[in-house]
Amino acid sequence: MKLIGSLLLISGWLIVLAALVMLQALAQRAAFIAAGFGTEILGLALLTNAYTALQRRQK
Amino acid sequence: MNPAPSGQVAPNLALILSCILLTPLASAGLALIHQGLGRSRSAAHAMLATLCTLAIAAIVFTLLGNHWAGYPNGPAHTLQIANAPWNWLGALPYSNPAQTVLPALALVLQVFTVGVAAIIPLSAGTDRWRLAPICLATAVFAACIYPLMAHWVWASGWLSQLSANFHLAPFQDFGGAAVIQVPGGLMALSVAWILGPRRGKYSDGIATAIPGHNIVQVLFGCLISLIGFIALESAASLLFGSALPEQIPALILNAVLSASAGCLAAVLTTQIRYRKPDASLSANGWIAGLVAGSAGCQWVSPPAAILIAAIAGLLTTWLVEILELRLLVDDPGGAISVHAASGLWGLLACGLFTTQPGNSHTNHILAQLVGIATLVGFLLPLIHGVNLLINRFLPYRTDRDGDWQGMDIRELGSGAYPEFVIHADEFVPR
Repeated sequence: MKLIGSLLLISGWLIVLAALVMLQALAQRAAFIAAGFGTEILGLALLTNAYTALQRRQK
Repeated sequence: MNPAPSGQVAPNLALILSCILLTPLASAGLALIHQGLGRSRSAAHAMLATLCTLAIAAIVFTLLGNHWAGYPNGPAHTLQIANAPWNWLGALPYSNPAQTVLPALALVLQVFTVGVAAIIPLSAGTDRWRLAPICLATAVFAACIYPLMAHWVWASGWLSQLSANFHLAPFQDFGGAAVIQVPGGLMALSVAWILGPRRGKYSDGIATAIPGHNIVQVLFGCLISLIGFIALESAASLLFGSALPEQIPALILNAVLSASAGCLAAVLTTQIRYRKPDASLSANGWIAGLVAGSAGCQWVSPPAAILIAAIAGLLTTWLVEILELRLLVDDPGGAISVHAASGLWGLLACGLFTTQPGNSHTNHILAQLVGIATLVGFLLPLIHGVNLLINRFLPYRTDRDGDWQGMDIRELGSGAYPEFVIHADEFVPR
């Protein structure tokens, strides 16, 4: 889960970069950047969840 | 951002140098806060770790990091992607990188700012992070991690060139929220994850409060930090932003208002929630206000500065509780909430509350979001990967005895307060 979370974080950033390089229209860019952000939030949630579960097991 | 041209720097040399010389007070204040919020049995270790971190960060940044951080309009490694030049990394010569006034001032300021960023994670690792891995992690941070954001934001890197290359507004961070505070806060998050909670923090499934040992020191540290943050923001704005000396009074006013609003928001929140104001959370609110206000320091109006900082104060008190109780992240100094979360909020607020001539408001907000996405999506995995790698070869966490005895006895052989501190639980059979 940690690995998937980290990969999702990086993927989200790459989506944001892709929006800069490939798109020109403001609305399209905004949508892609929002999608990138969503992916990052998902990745952060997975990473956080993995560490919380780990601490819970160790407790 | 439009960097200050060299011709603008020379007449303001005395002002910039004065600000740079006061910048270490930010480190001093944060060190007092971190030390006061930890246990007395690790107090000397916390201060020694701070000194070692500042020393290693200064040396490593001068020898390695500065060449990649660069300075505004200096030599850089550029990649041509989609017909746009992406300025990724500085390319300063290794021999005598500070030949003229601008690179020299940029180096001297960043010798201090890299230290401020590097001591932030110490707060999350209080009472259990060993000195040797602290030193190694600091060296890697100063050499490879800090220079990336420093170059991208302050030294004409790709984030500051979003306007020229991608028709967005340039990413704005005049006071170091994206360069100093958020990287330090993300490092704190990674360290807290790797170290796990202090022994005794969660007993029988319930989070136990481990109060800081010297709250007076913590609150005094807040006052010291205020001067350091004002100096840091002023120097960075004059050197890397387009600030003029006549804008510095507005910056000082905003910083004072930010600290005040952040602190008062935390006082009110804790008063309402716990029926009494909490001193340590109020101190966190003070610093959170300063951090959130640093991104837009001289460009936001005073009412906006108050609003941004008040939200940061609220956010900090709420997040400290969420991290501790729900996510089981033991962060004794609140570095994750104060530096990472408030810094990210400050960067977004800079887009919401400031305007840039020639750029639409939407463009400005998108540019800030690109910067935030870079911090969370690129820098956090990088920092965490590096920390996991170092932890594999040089374990971060002290052993079980060190946890109970305290880091002072374990690593230094003597305590910070040998004459009057007795820890009853050291003599309890385990």
